Amino acid sequence: MAQHTLSVLVENSPGVLARVAGLFSRRGYNIDSLAVGPTEDPKVSRMTIVLNLEGHALDQVSAQLFKLVNVIGIQEMKDSDTRQRELAFVKIAADRGELEPLLAGYQAEIVEDKSGTSIVQVVANNKDLVALLKRLESLGIKELVQSGAIAIELGSQTLVEQTELETGLASSDTQSQLEDYQN
Amino acid sequence: MSEQITGAQSLVKSLESAGVEVMFGIPGGAILPAYDPIFDSKIRHILVRHEQGAGHAATGYAQVTGKVGVCIATSGPGATNLVTPLADAHMDSVPMVAITGQVPGPAIGTDAFQEADIRGVTMPVTKHNYLITDPNEIPRAISEAFYIAKSGRPGPVLVDVAKDALQKMTGFNYPNRPELRGYRPQVEPNEQSIRDAAALVAQSSKPVFYIGGGVIKANAAKDLLKLAELVGAPVITTLMARGAFPDSHRQHLGMPGMHGTVAAVTALQKSDLLITLGARFDDRVTGKLSTFAVNAKIIHADIDPAEIGKNRYADVPIIGDLGPTIRALIPAVAAEFKKKQPDYSTWWRQMDSLRSTYPLGYNEPEDGSLSPQYVIERIGAITGPDAVYVAGVGQHQMWASQFIKYEKPRTWLNSGGLGTMGYAVPAAMGAKVGAPDTPVWAIDGDGCFQMTNQELVTCSLNNIPIKVAIINNESLGMVRQWQSLFYQGRYSNTDLHSKRIPDFAKLAEAMGCVGLRCESKGDVDKIIKEANAINDAPVVVDFNVHRDAMVWPMVAAGTSNDDIMIARELAPDWDSQEL
Repeated sequence: MAQHTLSVLVENSPGVLARVAGLFSRRGYNIDSLAVGPTEDPKVSRMTIVLNLEGHALDQVSAQLFKLVNVIGIQEMKDSDTRQRELAFVKIAADRGELEPLLAGYQAEIVEDKSGTSIVQVVANNKDLVALLKRLESLGIKELVQSGAIAIELGSQTLVEQTELETGLASSDTQSQLEDYQN
Repeated sequence: MSEQITGAQSLVKSLESAGVEVMFGIPGGAILPAYDPIFDSKIRHILVRHEQGAGHAATGYAQVTGKVGVCIATSGPGATNLVTPLADAHMDSVPMVAITGQVPGPAIGTDAFQEADIRGVTMPVTKHNYLITDPNEIPRAISEAFYIAKSGRPGPVLVDVAKDALQKMTGFNYPNRPELRGYRPQVEPNEQSIRDAAALVAQSSKPVFYIGGGVIKANAAKDLLKLAELVGAPVITTLMARGAFPDSHRQHLGMPGMHGTVAAVTALQKSDLLITLGARFDDRVTGKLSTFAVNAKIIHADIDPAEIGKNRYADVPIIGDLGPTIRALIPAVAAEFKKKQPDYSTWWRQMDSLRSTYPLGYNEPEDGSLSPQYVIERIGAITGPDAVYVAGVGQHQMWASQFIKYEKPRTWLNSGGLGTMGYAVPAAMGAKVGAPDTPVWAIDGDGCFQMTNQELVTCSLNNIPIKVAIINNESLGMVRQWQSLFYQGRYSNTDLHSKRIPDFAKLAEAMGCVGLRCESKGDVDKIIKEANAINDAPVVVDFNVHRDAMVWPMVAAGTSNDDIMIARELAPDWDSQEL
């Protein structure tokens, strides 16, 4: 089993999250995290899905996802050419003095420190976040809120450009087939 | 601004614009506004007796004509009664559009009377679906629904329309070219894949054409015949592909799978190359997957990229419509064969030996009672290969796939993927509507028949003269067979007593059909001919058959194809075969 991150562009239409979630559940794929949000195009939403899979199962997941009519494009986000971040809030029974040494070296800030309880905000990739949470455990984590991961591809090309190149949006096939679909 | 019409009028105009000629349905509260313009429409609406019948009828119509089948129902129970036929059409890739009424927009989500979230319910069993609450969206949704249902890998699409959207006024503008950003089926195959496939064919010494229902969906049977004759390899046709390649052709080894021929099953197992066209490596074909065709390379051509590698790794995947795919393979293979003509004579010697040693057959019951296989074989022989045969699910389905000889595509309809008992009568009704001049025989079981026979009333009243053969073994025969084989003959709840109750001939007559009964071998031909001669009413023949007949050969569920049995506790004599 290995962890993979998929970026999925979907049409911003009612029910699309249910379609994606339902697909994962009925095909038996396990999602580690899922983050959905708007994009530069109001008609398009972007999902970042982190999942654990056996090797070639990723192609199958992508193919099944791409069958959904509302899915516009899919791209695997490899560590080497993407930047990934998660956001976490940690409520912890410790004050600033105890926490600061543990947070050193992380993109983490204490957003509240009141009567012995602090809230820490962390922005990190998954590996660093796991490591930091392990360090904080010793102080007693009272509450943890985590977003799913979001990811962006490095370089000037956008995901829309990439996926539309790969799936041949402008191919002539689409045209010829349109002639023939009516009864 | 265009002329204002109601949403209901817009819906019916959209269906007319999509070219719909016939639809099957039942009105009800939420869909009622649509039934008013339907009253005036040129579209023929056939009033069925149960929504499940409407759905399967749409499937039967689609399977015979290649067009999109259409069914229509109201909200809540009307819509949920369509779930089984939608799931059935989804599994068998049948182009279908289902229209359902929904409670008015403001009532959605309030548990209103006859409210069911049918879009949510049918998400896993449709290719796509819509909930329309704005009347302006109706033409676009219908246009897209037909395009999605028919293009790519066909499938069912549901359009749920809120009642107030049907009642409100709207303009009408039907888009002939729907724009779907996320839906672009690939039609033309990749040229490199075609060359790679042709090279594999030329290198192989034991190739087999593994043909699935996709060949029929793609209207590619004629192309397949050319390619198969060019290659000269054995051809097997799956349950969904019966008729895609003529049964009478010398290269045809029959059907593979759980109840396939010894030759077809063994051809797959011993092959070094499966030329897979429009098939999906279903568990009923592969048996235990890890032991399936272990020495074979796989060419897998399918229009659905998600089928590639789903169950079995493909050495050469080809994504595209099978028509262009097969037509591209023909010259590519011919070019390879010019360099080196393959010699399959050893392979054919092995296959010929298997098919002559283990032909399909059956034993007549010792007590002189009627053999179900004989009945089905005679129906096929007397009625001929131009007729359409529609089966239910179970033993009679397997016998109908084995003992009727299919020569043409779209002459064999059955519920292959979902295995829906009760499919036959309504699907035969839809088939007869699609092909009114063709004899349509439903080969049904006494169990299946009792699930959906009410549609014979629809047939009688609407001049849809189908013929139904009830293969009456007074039990849920296939389940009983498994109980015989795997549960020590403990026949828990499989005895239907249907030679006593109901009286099928009388039931048929009560529904306006001609009801006949046949109990002896000597009467079989006479009664089939009598049924064939009746064209002004549906005919039901109750064939009282032997109840202990079993379907053979058989690969038991979960076991290897290598363990195929030709009769109870009897494996083929492999030692006498050179394989």
